[in-house]
Amino acid sequence: MRNQTSEAGFIREGILQRRRRWNLVTSLLILLAVVLCCAMLLLGNTIYPVNVVIRTLLGEDIAGANFAINTIRLPRMITGFFAGFAFGIAGYIFQTMLRNPLANPNILGITSGSSVAAVFCIIVLHSSNTVVSIAAVIGGLITVIVMYLLSRGRSFSIGRLIIIGIGMQAMLDAVISYLILKSAQQDIPGALRWLSGSLNGSKMSEVIPLIIIVVVFTPILLILGKQLSMLELGEQMATSLGVATDKMRITLIVSSVIIISIATATTGPIAFVSFLAGPIANRLVGVSGSNILPAGLVGANLVLFADLIGQFAFEYRFPVGVITGLLGAPYLIYLLIRMNRKGEL
Amino acid sequence: MKNNVPASKKKQLALHVPKHFSLILVVGLILLILAIIASLVLGARVVSFQELMDGLFYQNQDSYGANVVQKRIARTVFSLCCGVALGIAGVLMQSVTRNPLADPSILGVNTGASLFVVSGIAFFNITTAGQHIWLALLGAAITAVFVFGIGSMGRGGATPIKLVLAGAATSAALSSLVTAILIPSSYAMDQFRFWQVGSVGSGSWNSIMIFLPFLLVGLIIAFVSAPALNALALGDDVATGLGVRPGVLRFFAICAGVILCGVTTALAGPIGFIGLLATHAMRMVIGPDLRLLVPMSALAGAIILTFSDVVGRLLGSPGELEVGIITAFIGAPILILLAKRSKVRSL
Repeated sequence: MRNQTSEAGFIREGILQRRRRWNLVTSLLILLAVVLCCAMLLLGNTIYPVNVVIRTLLGEDIAGANFAINTIRLPRMITGFFAGFAFGIAGYIFQTMLRNPLANPNILGITSGSSVAAVFCIIVLHSSNTVVSIAAVIGGLITVIVMYLLSRGRSFSIGRLIIIGIGMQAMLDAVISYLILKSAQQDIPGALRWLSGSLNGSKMSEVIPLIIIVVVFTPILLILGKQLSMLELGEQMATSLGVATDKMRITLIVSSVIIISIATATTGPIAFVSFLAGPIANRLVGVSGSNILPAGLVGANLVLFADLIGQFAFEYRFPVGVITGLLGAPYLIYLLIRMNRKGEL
Repeated sequence: MKNNVPASKKKQLALHVPKHFSLILVVGLILLILAIIASLVLGARVVSFQELMDGLFYQNQDSYGANVVQKRIARTVFSLCCGVALGIAGVLMQSVTRNPLADPSILGVNTGASLFVVSGIAFFNITTAGQHIWLALLGAAITAVFVFGIGSMGRGGATPIKLVLAGAATSAALSSLVTAILIPSSYAMDQFRFWQVGSVGSGSWNSIMIFLPFLLVGLIIAFVSAPALNALALGDDVATGLGVRPGVLRFFAICAGVILCGVTTALAGPIGFIGLLATHAMRMVIGPDLRLLVPMSALAGAIILTFSDVVGRLLGSPGELEVGIITAFIGAPILILLAKRSKVRSL
């Protein structure tokens, strides 16, 4: 009897400790995001003093500062934050659901699906922002459906799924290359965003669909997140704990595809953020339970941080996707080496 | 040692020509001729028979059609060379790694070549095809070693899934470097965007002359090592028993593969999936014997690439769809099909 109570106490202690760590890490991540956001507003060709920035944001018309801050830096910061958040959340959900860090929307070709639709609308149809966003979502969803149909069959294996994803990506990337090749010279800088992802030229009007989608879907995903961690225990365990696994899976996949497609339509596929955010969040908080919110925050921080580096660390301004690519690629290779050594593949 | 090899294994090594081999060969040659004729005749401007003859035999030089044909001759020869090179590179890589999914594009070797070529364009102001080649070869070789190194770590050696993932990851890593180099230089960007989509449209007699020596070296190594590679397919122990040195053999075969696909990438840009397509198509009809598979895959590679180029010209008319896009569209579904078909364990 005494043993049991002490065991229960031990578990409760563990849960409390975990919750404390979760709270601590999440608050630190929010703090870091705030700092990076401020840096995004303060830094630039001209560095304005803090009080000027605040007065401009409050609507005061200060010559020069008004344009630089309200028209250029603020939309850039907001886009970076929300896109990073979206990539982080969606990547985490895919990785957790498929129980493999390599299974993220980038490698599975879903972002390529959204990109193709968006590039086609921009270059060929010259569509409006709303149409581009909707097309990107449809492109992403179609890719998922095709992937699902292809990987269905006698036995599901993650390796098979990933190879199918790589094949899909090869085709979709060929289409993107073709569209870029055929685009007029003046469209190329804009089209280049679709190779690497960029925050350049973010406009307030383009961010609004992204903000709306992220604000609507994040709570849904957070609520479902609890069940996601049950799903992680394995299909049978989750079913016996009362999770409607299929319905839940579909809801999760559709919501994360919508989120990531909108983000892709706004900034282009910012490389590796959806891949990096999940593992980093798990490392910081610990694996058990739902790390959706920390993963989103890590994603946002990554994008803002990489964009600051891209803007100011070099002689030339690099788009954010190039920096996240350079940061993320070595980690991907390290992860592969580690998985190979452990025999997890 | 030599006597330890069981008789059944030796039997497997005897040249076994499949029943319909001569039929397959004839069909292949007819397809090749059809592809060549199609490549000469079809395109933005379809030439007449008379113009074709004029162009081929250098008569009536003033006719527009004859000039078109002569331009297309160089292009066709070039695409045949690329097809042969990529087909053989595919066979060699698949047999050395014992991996049905090995193809220069899937293993990221193309991207490695791209990175070095782009660095050359951007930093060292290198513009001629002759200089591109050495950079591309170096890039392809380093990437191949790297990818095989990562892919063969851990239990079970280089399994298909490990190699494909290592290739995809390396490709992703290298392409962010490529983008990072390209973006500050609009000149390199403009050069690169045309090179990035593989195309045989730039094929000229000049590039063919650069191509040929490398192609010859690759071909010779491939043909000489084919019987030994057959032995290797039975396992390293059996191969050693038959007097083959697996390490040396692998080294030479990989070298040949890298040379062939590196040179093609340097001259035509990254053209994917030809090796995968050609080898699998041929293995299906003539079986796994490399002594037949090497020449037949070369034939198949030439046919597929030339036809793809013609299709690209017809679909993209009045311009053209680059052949790299067409091969990605034909090849990727085959990759998916292979992944679907093969057993989970072998992945």
